Amino acid sequence: MMDLILDVVSWALLSAGGVFVLIGGIGALRMPNLYTRMHAASVTDTMGAVLVLTGVMLQAGLSLATIKLAAILLFLLVTSPTASYALASAALLAGIKPDAGHAADEATDS
Amino acid sequence: MTIVFGIFLLTLLVITALGIVHTRNLFVAVMLLGIFSLLIALNFFILDAADVALTEAAVGAGISTVLFLGALALTSERERLGTRHRWLSLAVVASATLVVLYATFDKPRFGDPNAPVHQHVAPWYLEKTPEYVDIPNVVTAVLGSFRGYDTLGEVFVVFTAGIGVLFLLSSRRGGANHRPPGERDASGIGLREHVIPRVVGRLLVPFILLFGLYVQFHGEYGPGGGFQAGALIAAAFILYALIEGEDRTLAAVPQRWLNALMVGGALLYGGVGLAGIVLGSNFLDYSVLGADPVAGQHLGIILIEAGVGMTVTGTLLSIFHAFAARDRA
Repeated sequence: MMDLILDVVSWALLSAGGVFVLIGGIGALRMPNLYTRMHAASVTDTMGAVLVLTGVMLQAGLSLATIKLAAILLFLLVTSPTASYALASAALLAGIKPDAGHAADEATDS
Repeated sequence: MTIVFGIFLLTLLVITALGIVHTRNLFVAVMLLGIFSLLIALNFFILDAADVALTEAAVGAGISTVLFLGALALTSERERLGTRHRWLSLAVVASATLVVLYATFDKPRFGDPNAPVHQHVAPWYLEKTPEYVDIPNVVTAVLGSFRGYDTLGEVFVVFTAGIGVLFLLSSRRGGANHRPPGERDASGIGLREHVIPRVVGRLLVPFILLFGLYVQFHGEYGPGGGFQAGALIAAAFILYALIEGEDRTLAAVPQRWLNALMVGGALLYGGVGLAGIVLGSNFLDYSVLGADPVAGQHLGIILIEAGVGMTVTGTLLSIFHAFAARDRA
Protein backbone atom coordinates (compact mmCIF):
# COMPACT_ATOMS: atom_id res chain seq x y z
CA MET A 1 0.00 0.00 0.00
CA MET A 2 2.77 2.39 0.99
CA ASP A 3 4.62 1.57 -2.21
CA LEU A 4 1.55 2.31 -4.26
CA ILE A 5 1.09 5.72 -2.64
CA LEU A 6 4.76 6.54 -3.16
CA ASP A 7 4.54 5.48 -6.80
CA VAL A 8 1.45 7.60 -7.41
CA VAL A 9 2.94 10.66 -5.72
CA SER A 10 6.25 10.35 -7.52
CA TRP A 11 4.44 9.77 -10.82
CA ALA A 12 2.41 12.94 -10.25
CA LEU A 13 5.53 14.92 -9.34
CA LEU A 14 7.45 13.65 -12.38
CA SER A 15 4.57 14.43 -14.73
CA ALA A 16 4.11 17.91 -13.26
CA GLY A 17 7.86 18.47 -13.57
CA GLY A 18 7.71 17.35 -17.18
CA VAL A 19 4.88 19.80 -17.86
CA PHE A 20 6.89 22.66 -16.36
CA VAL A 21 9.95 21.74 -18.44
CA LEU A 22 7.72 21.69 -21.53
CA ILE A 23 6.25 25.11 -20.65
CA GLY A 24 9.76 26.45 -20.12
CA GLY A 25 10.88 25.08 -23.47
CA ILE A 26 7.92 26.51 -25.37
CA GLY A 27 8.40 29.86 -23.62
CA ALA A 28 12.10 29.93 -24.46
CA LEU A 29 11.22 29.43 -28.12
CA ARG A 30 8.18 31.70 -28.35
CA MET A 31 8.97 34.70 -26.15
CA PRO A 32 9.94 37.87 -28.04
CA ASN A 33 13.25 38.96 -26.51
CA LEU A 34 16.13 37.79 -24.36
CA TYR A 35 14.83 38.77 -20.91
CA THR A 36 11.39 37.29 -21.43
CA ARG A 37 12.98 34.14 -22.85
CA MET A 38 15.19 33.86 -19.78
CA HIS A 39 12.10 34.36 -17.63
CA ALA A 40 10.39 31.45 -19.37
CA ALA A 41 13.46 29.21 -19.29
CA SER A 42 13.89 29.76 -15.55
CA VAL A 43 10.74 27.66 -15.01
CA THR A 44 12.77 24.64 -16.16
CA ASP A 45 15.51 25.33 -13.64
CA THR A 46 13.25 25.91 -10.66
CA MET A 47 9.89 24.15 -10.72
CA GLY A 48 10.91 21.61 -13.35
CA ALA A 49 14.10 20.56 -11.59
CA VAL A 50 12.57 20.53 -8.10
CA LEU A 51 9.56 18.44 -9.12
CA VAL A 52 11.50 15.96 -11.26
CA LEU A 53 14.25 15.46 -8.68
CA THR A 54 11.74 15.09 -5.83
CA GLY A 55 9.88 12.51 -7.89
CA VAL A 56 13.08 10.58 -8.55
CA MET A 57 13.99 10.82 -4.84
CA LEU A 58 10.69 9.19 -3.90
CA GLN A 59 11.51 6.38 -6.33
CA ALA A 60 14.98 5.93 -4.84
CA GLY A 61 13.71 5.65 -1.26
CA LEU A 62 15.96 6.15 1.74
CA SER A 63 19.36 5.43 0.23
CA LEU A 64 22.64 7.02 -0.79
CA ALA A 65 21.07 7.90 -4.15
CA THR A 66 18.52 10.14 -2.42
CA ILE A 67 21.26 12.03 -0.59
CA LYS A 68 23.11 12.51 -3.89
CA LEU A 69 19.90 13.73 -5.55
CA ALA A 70 19.27 16.15 -2.68
CA ALA A 71 22.82 17.46 -3.10
CA ILE A 72 22.23 17.92 -6.84
CA LEU A 73 18.97 19.76 -6.09
CA LEU A 74 20.66 22.07 -3.60
CA PHE A 75 23.45 22.70 -6.09
CA LEU A 76 20.97 23.52 -8.86
CA LEU A 77 18.96 25.84 -6.61
CA VAL A 78 22.12 27.80 -5.82
CA THR A 79 23.78 27.81 -9.24
CA SER A 80 20.95 28.38 -11.71
CA PRO A 81 19.80 31.75 -10.29
CA THR A 82 23.46 32.80 -10.26
CA ALA A 83 23.86 31.77 -13.88
CA SER A 84 20.66 33.66 -14.77
CA TYR A 85 21.97 36.73 -12.97
CA ALA A 86 25.29 36.50 -14.82
CA LEU A 87 23.53 36.10 -18.17
CA ALA A 88 21.13 39.00 -17.61
CA SER A 89 23.94 41.19 -16.32
CA ALA A 90 26.09 40.38 -19.35
CA ALA A 91 23.16 41.14 -21.67
CA LEU A 92 22.58 44.48 -19.94
CA LEU A 93 26.28 45.33 -20.24
CA ALA A 94 26.14 44.40 -23.94
CA GLY A 95 23.48 47.06 -24.37
CA ILE A 96 20.30 44.99 -24.68
CA LYS A 97 17.55 47.02 -23.01
CA PRO A 98 14.95 45.13 -20.95
CA ASP A 99 11.98 46.46 -22.87
CA ALA A 100 8.93 44.22 -23.06
CA GLY A 101 7.50 46.18 -25.98
CA HIS A 102 10.43 45.39 -28.25
CA ALA A 103 9.93 42.59 -30.66
CA ALA A 104 13.53 41.47 -30.85
CA ASP A 105 16.91 41.99 -29.26
CA GLU A 106 18.61 45.00 -30.68
CA ALA A 107 21.56 46.59 -29.01
CA THR A 108 20.26 50.06 -28.19
CA ASP A 109 23.43 51.63 -26.88
CA SER A 110 23.62 55.02 -28.53
CA MET B 1 14.11 1.69 -23.97
CA THR B 2 17.86 2.29 -24.25
CA ILE B 3 17.48 2.19 -28.03
CA VAL B 4 14.75 4.86 -27.97
CA PHE B 5 16.87 7.13 -25.76
CA GLY B 6 19.92 6.43 -27.90
CA ILE B 7 18.16 7.31 -31.15
CA PHE B 8 16.69 10.46 -29.55
CA LEU B 9 20.09 11.61 -28.25
CA LEU B 10 21.89 10.76 -31.49
CA THR B 11 19.28 12.71 -33.47
CA LEU B 12 19.85 15.73 -31.23
CA LEU B 13 23.59 15.17 -31.70
CA VAL B 14 23.28 15.32 -35.49
CA ILE B 15 21.11 18.46 -35.27
CA THR B 16 23.68 20.11 -32.98
CA ALA B 17 26.52 19.10 -35.32
CA LEU B 18 24.69 20.62 -38.29
CA GLY B 19 24.12 23.77 -36.21
CA ILE B 20 27.86 23.97 -35.45
CA VAL B 21 28.75 23.66 -39.12
CA HIS B 22 26.06 26.07 -40.22
CA THR B 23 26.58 28.97 -37.83
CA ARG B 24 28.97 31.75 -38.78
CA ASN B 25 29.18 33.06 -35.23
CA LEU B 26 32.00 31.26 -33.47
CA PHE B 27 30.62 32.13 -30.04
CA VAL B 28 27.42 30.25 -30.92
CA ALA B 29 29.54 27.40 -32.29
CA VAL B 30 31.42 27.12 -28.98
CA MET B 31 28.16 26.99 -27.01
CA LEU B 32 26.81 24.34 -29.40
CA LEU B 33 30.03 22.35 -28.97
CA GLY B 34 29.40 22.35 -25.22
CA ILE B 35 25.88 21.02 -25.82
CA PHE B 36 27.33 18.46 -28.23
CA SER B 37 29.70 17.22 -25.52
CA LEU B 38 26.90 16.97 -22.96
CA LEU B 39 24.77 14.99 -25.40
CA ILE B 40 27.57 12.58 -26.22
CA ALA B 41 28.28 12.23 -22.48
CA LEU B 42 24.62 11.27 -21.94
CA ASN B 43 24.99 8.77 -24.76
CA PHE B 44 28.04 7.23 -23.10
CA PHE B 45 26.14 7.11 -19.84
CA ILE B 46 23.14 5.20 -21.19
CA LEU B 47 25.64 2.78 -22.72
CA ASP B 48 26.95 2.22 -19.14
CA ALA B 49 30.29 3.89 -19.84
CA ALA B 50 30.16 6.13 -16.78
CA ASP B 51 33.92 6.79 -16.69
CA VAL B 52 33.99 8.06 -20.27
CA ALA B 53 30.79 10.06 -19.70
CA LEU B 54 32.35 11.79 -16.70
CA THR B 55 35.48 12.64 -18.69
CA GLU B 56 33.50 13.92 -21.64
CA ALA B 57 31.26 16.10 -19.45
CA ALA B 58 34.17 17.54 -17.46
CA VAL B 59 36.64 18.06 -20.30
CA GLY B 60 34.40 18.44 -23.35
CA ALA B 61 31.58 20.51 -21.95
CA GLY B 62 33.50 22.25 -19.17
CA ILE B 63 37.17 22.96 -19.74
CA SER B 64 37.20 23.00 -23.57
CA THR B 65 34.39 25.55 -23.61
CA VAL B 66 36.36 27.84 -21.32
CA LEU B 67 39.53 27.38 -23.40
CA PHE B 68 37.61 28.04 -26.64
CA LEU B 69 36.15 31.21 -25.12
CA GLY B 70 39.66 32.22 -24.07
CA ALA B 71 40.80 31.74 -27.66
CA LEU B 72 37.80 33.69 -28.99
CA ALA B 73 38.61 36.59 -26.68
CA LEU B 74 41.94 36.85 -28.54
CA THR B 75 40.43 36.68 -32.02
CA SER B 76 37.10 37.57 -33.57
CA GLU B 77 33.82 35.84 -33.00
CA ARG B 78 32.89 35.94 -36.68
CA GLU B 79 34.03 33.09 -38.87
CA ARG B 80 35.94 34.24 -41.94
CA LEU B 81 34.14 33.31 -45.09
CA GLY B 82 36.21 30.99 -47.18
CA THR B 83 34.43 29.83 -50.31
CA ARG B 84 37.27 28.67 -52.50
CA HIS B 85 37.49 24.93 -51.93
CA ARG B 86 33.93 24.35 -50.82
CA TRP B 87 33.02 21.80 -53.47
CA LEU B 88 36.25 19.93 -52.95
CA SER B 89 35.64 19.70 -49.18
CA LEU B 90 32.03 18.68 -49.74
CA ALA B 91 33.16 15.91 -52.09
CA VAL B 92 35.78 14.66 -49.60
CA VAL B 93 33.31 14.68 -46.69
CA ALA B 94 30.58 13.04 -48.77
CA SER B 95 32.83 10.23 -49.95
CA ALA B 96 34.15 9.66 -46.41
CA THR B 97 30.54 9.53 -45.16
CA LEU B 98 29.67 6.96 -47.82
CA VAL B 99 32.64 4.79 -46.83
CA VAL B 100 31.65 4.99 -43.14
CA LEU B 101 28.04 4.20 -43.98
CA TYR B 102 29.16 1.23 -46.06
CA ALA B 103 31.34 0.03 -43.19
CA THR B 104 28.43 0.15 -40.74
CA PHE B 105 26.69 -2.66 -42.68
CA ASP B 106 29.38 -5.03 -41.42
CA LYS B 107 29.04 -3.97 -37.80
CA PRO B 108 27.50 -6.37 -35.29
CA ARG B 109 24.04 -5.56 -33.99
CA PHE B 110 23.72 -3.13 -31.06
CA GLY B 111 24.46 -5.00 -27.83
CA ASP B 112 25.26 -8.26 -29.58
CA PRO B 113 27.07 -10.47 -27.01
CA ASN B 114 28.90 -12.28 -29.82
CA ALA B 115 30.42 -9.09 -31.19
CA PRO B 116 34.23 -9.37 -31.55
CA VAL B 117 34.76 -6.57 -29.03
CA HIS B 118 33.07 -8.66 -26.36
CA GLN B 119 34.96 -11.83 -27.29
CA HIS B 120 38.53 -10.59 -27.63
CA VAL B 121 40.26 -9.59 -24.35
CA ALA B 122 37.30 -8.12 -22.47
CA PRO B 123 36.20 -11.44 -20.89
CA TRP B 124 39.76 -12.05 -19.71
CA TYR B 125 39.89 -8.60 -18.04
CA LEU B 126 36.51 -9.17 -16.39
CA GLU B 127 37.55 -12.57 -15.17
CA LYS B 128 41.07 -11.74 -13.97
CA THR B 129 40.53 -8.30 -12.41
CA PRO B 130 39.23 -9.70 -9.08
CA GLU B 131 42.16 -12.11 -8.95
CA TYR B 132 45.06 -9.86 -10.01
CA VAL B 133 43.98 -6.35 -9.01
CA ASP B 134 40.94 -6.86 -6.81
CA ILE B 135 39.20 -3.53 -7.29
CA PRO B 136 35.51 -3.16 -8.18
CA ASN B 137 35.96 -0.77 -11.11
CA VAL B 138 37.32 -2.90 -13.96
CA VAL B 139 37.75 0.22 -16.12
CA THR B 140 40.35 1.59 -13.72
CA ALA B 141 42.09 -1.78 -13.54
CA VAL B 142 42.31 -1.96 -17.35
CA LEU B 143 43.38 1.68 -17.66
CA GLY B 144 45.89 1.76 -14.86
CA SER B 145 47.28 -1.72 -14.71
CA PHE B 146 46.58 -4.04 -17.64
CA ARG B 147 47.02 -1.28 -20.19
CA GLY B 148 49.28 0.99 -18.17
CA TYR B 149 51.47 1.67 -21.21
CA ASP B 150 48.55 3.24 -23.08
CA THR B 151 47.69 5.49 -20.16
CA LEU B 152 51.35 6.46 -19.79
CA GLY B 153 51.24 7.46 -23.45
CA GLU B 154 48.09 9.51 -22.85
CA VAL B 155 49.71 11.33 -19.94
CA PHE B 156 52.71 12.17 -22.12
CA VAL B 157 50.36 13.38 -24.87
CA VAL B 158 48.67 15.74 -22.38
CA PHE B 159 52.08 16.83 -21.10
CA THR B 160 53.35 17.46 -24.64
CA ALA B 161 50.22 19.42 -25.51
CA GLY B 162 50.76 21.57 -22.43
CA ILE B 163 54.38 22.25 -23.36
CA GLY B 164 53.34 23.08 -26.92
CA VAL B 165 50.68 25.58 -25.85
CA LEU B 166 53.04 27.16 -23.32
CA PHE B 167 55.71 27.58 -26.01
CA LEU B 168 53.22 29.22 -28.37
CA LEU B 169 51.26 31.41 -25.95
CA SER B 170 53.23 31.94 -22.80
CA SER B 171 54.23 35.56 -22.29
CA ARG B 172 57.01 36.22 -19.86
CA ARG B 173 55.90 38.38 -17.03
CA GLY B 174 57.97 41.54 -16.78
CA GLY B 175 58.63 41.55 -20.54
CA ALA B 176 57.27 43.94 -23.13
CA ASN B 177 53.70 42.98 -22.26
CA HIS B 178 53.94 43.88 -18.64
CA ARG B 179 51.66 46.59 -17.31
CA PRO B 180 51.68 48.22 -13.89
CA PRO B 181 48.96 46.80 -11.62
CA GLY B 182 46.93 50.02 -11.66
CA GLU B 183 46.40 49.95 -15.41
CA ARG B 184 44.73 46.57 -15.58
CA ASP B 185 41.43 46.67 -17.42
CA ALA B 186 38.24 44.92 -16.34
CA SER B 187 39.25 41.56 -17.84
CA GLY B 188 42.13 41.34 -15.38
CA ILE B 189 40.09 41.61 -12.22
CA GLY B 190 37.37 39.12 -13.10
CA LEU B 191 33.93 39.59 -11.62
CA ARG B 192 35.05 41.21 -8.39
CA GLU B 193 32.37 43.89 -8.75
CA HIS B 194 29.54 41.38 -9.07
CA VAL B 195 28.55 40.29 -5.59
CA ILE B 196 26.20 37.41 -6.39
CA PRO B 197 28.45 35.33 -8.69
CA ARG B 198 31.34 36.07 -6.38
CA VAL B 199 29.63 34.88 -3.21
CA VAL B 200 28.19 31.78 -4.88
CA GLY B 201 31.43 31.04 -6.69
CA ARG B 202 33.52 31.30 -3.54
CA LEU B 203 31.02 29.02 -1.85
CA LEU B 204 31.28 26.43 -4.62
CA VAL B 205 35.05 26.30 -5.16
CA PRO B 206 35.84 24.19 -2.04
CA PHE B 207 33.06 21.74 -2.87
CA ILE B 208 34.28 21.34 -6.45
CA LEU B 209 37.81 20.72 -5.14
CA LEU B 210 36.47 18.19 -2.65
CA PHE B 211 34.50 16.44 -5.38
CA GLY B 212 37.61 16.43 -7.56
CA LEU B 213 39.60 14.71 -4.82
CA TYR B 214 36.75 12.26 -4.29
CA VAL B 215 36.73 11.40 -8.00
CA GLN B 216 40.53 11.08 -7.90
CA PHE B 217 40.73 8.64 -5.00
CA HIS B 218 37.43 6.87 -5.56
CA GLY B 219 38.41 5.85 -9.08
CA GLU B 220 39.13 2.28 -7.99
CA TYR B 221 35.62 1.83 -6.61
CA GLY B 222 33.42 3.92 -8.88
CA PRO B 223 33.56 5.97 -12.04
CA GLY B 224 36.46 8.37 -11.91
CA GLY B 225 40.19 8.62 -11.90
CA GLY B 226 42.99 11.00 -12.65
CA PHE B 227 41.74 12.47 -15.92
CA GLN B 228 38.30 13.39 -14.58
CA ALA B 229 39.67 14.61 -11.26
CA GLY B 230 42.31 16.71 -12.99
CA ALA B 231 39.65 18.39 -15.10
CA LEU B 232 37.43 19.02 -12.05
CA ILE B 233 40.22 20.50 -9.95
CA ALA B 234 41.32 22.67 -12.86
CA ALA B 235 37.67 23.77 -13.24
CA ALA B 236 37.57 24.86 -9.60
CA PHE B 237 40.64 27.05 -10.08
CA ILE B 238 39.31 28.42 -13.36
CA LEU B 239 36.07 29.38 -11.59
CA TYR B 240 38.15 31.11 -8.94
CA ALA B 241 40.07 32.93 -11.67
CA LEU B 242 36.84 34.05 -13.34
CA ILE B 243 35.36 35.53 -10.18
CA GLU B 244 38.44 36.78 -8.36
CA GLY B 245 40.70 37.66 -11.23
CA GLU B 246 43.60 35.80 -12.69
CA ASP B 247 46.32 37.51 -10.66
CA ARG B 248 44.85 36.32 -7.35
CA THR B 249 44.66 32.77 -8.70
CA LEU B 250 48.28 32.96 -9.75
CA ALA B 251 49.12 34.31 -6.31
CA ALA B 252 47.38 31.31 -4.74
CA VAL B 253 48.85 28.74 -7.11
CA PRO B 254 51.89 30.20 -8.91
CA GLN B 255 52.85 29.12 -12.39
CA ARG B 256 55.95 27.30 -11.15
CA TRP B 257 53.73 25.07 -8.99
CA LEU B 258 51.70 24.28 -12.09
CA ASN B 259 54.88 23.48 -14.01
CA ALA B 260 55.97 21.27 -11.11
CA LEU B 261 52.58 19.52 -11.19
CA MET B 262 52.83 18.93 -14.94
CA VAL B 263 56.35 17.54 -14.82
CA GLY B 264 55.90 15.83 -11.46
CA GLY B 265 52.83 13.88 -12.58
CA ALA B 266 54.53 12.52 -15.69
CA LEU B 267 57.68 11.75 -13.68
CA LEU B 268 55.67 10.02 -10.95
CA TYR B 269 53.99 7.79 -13.52
CA GLY B 270 57.28 6.96 -15.22
CA GLY B 271 58.97 6.53 -11.83
CA VAL B 272 56.39 3.98 -10.71
CA GLY B 273 57.09 2.11 -13.93
CA LEU B 274 60.84 2.19 -13.32
CA ALA B 275 60.34 1.11 -9.71
CA GLY B 276 58.88 -2.09 -11.15
CA ILE B 277 62.14 -2.72 -13.02
CA VAL B 278 64.31 -1.83 -10.02
CA LEU B 279 62.37 -4.26 -7.81
CA GLY B 280 62.99 -7.01 -10.30
CA SER B 281 60.01 -7.17 -12.60
CA ASN B 282 58.79 -5.49 -15.81
CA PHE B 283 58.19 -1.82 -16.54
CA LEU B 284 54.82 -0.76 -15.09
CA ASP B 285 54.32 -4.07 -13.29
CA TYR B 286 52.99 -2.95 -9.91
CA SER B 287 52.80 -6.40 -8.37
CA VAL B 288 56.26 -6.10 -6.84
CA LEU B 289 55.57 -2.73 -5.17
CA GLY B 290 53.71 -4.10 -2.16
CA ALA B 291 53.94 -6.97 0.28
CA ASP B 292 51.77 -9.16 -1.94
CA PRO B 293 50.91 -8.69 -5.65
CA VAL B 294 47.37 -7.38 -5.01
CA ALA B 295 48.53 -4.75 -2.49
CA GLY B 296 51.24 -3.76 -4.96
CA GLN B 297 48.65 -3.33 -7.69
CA HIS B 298 46.53 -1.14 -5.38
CA LEU B 299 49.51 1.06 -4.49
CA GLY B 300 50.66 1.29 -8.11
CA ILE B 301 47.22 2.28 -9.39
CA ILE B 302 46.78 4.95 -6.69
CA LEU B 303 50.23 6.39 -7.51
CA ILE B 304 49.81 6.45 -11.28
CA GLU B 305 46.29 7.90 -10.97
CA ALA B 306 47.75 10.63 -8.78
CA GLY B 307 50.36 11.23 -11.49
CA VAL B 308 47.65 11.46 -14.15
CA GLY B 309 45.63 13.88 -12.01
CA MET B 310 48.65 16.09 -11.34
CA THR B 311 49.65 16.33 -14.99
CA VAL B 312 46.10 16.99 -16.19
CA THR B 313 45.48 19.69 -13.54
CA GLY B 314 48.81 21.39 -14.21
CA THR B 315 48.44 21.28 -17.98
CA LEU B 316 44.85 22.52 -18.14
CA LEU B 317 45.52 25.38 -15.71
CA SER B 318 48.73 26.35 -17.50
CA ILE B 319 46.88 26.49 -20.82
CA PHE B 320 44.12 28.58 -19.23
CA HIS B 321 46.61 31.01 -17.72
CA ALA B 322 48.51 31.23 -21.01
CA PHE B 323 45.32 32.28 -22.80
CA ALA B 324 44.31 34.68 -20.03
CA ALA B 325 47.74 36.33 -19.96
CA ARG B 326 47.58 36.94 -23.71
CA ASP B 327 44.12 38.41 -23.27
CA ARG B 328 45.39 41.03 -20.88
CA ALA B 329 48.56 41.87 -22.73
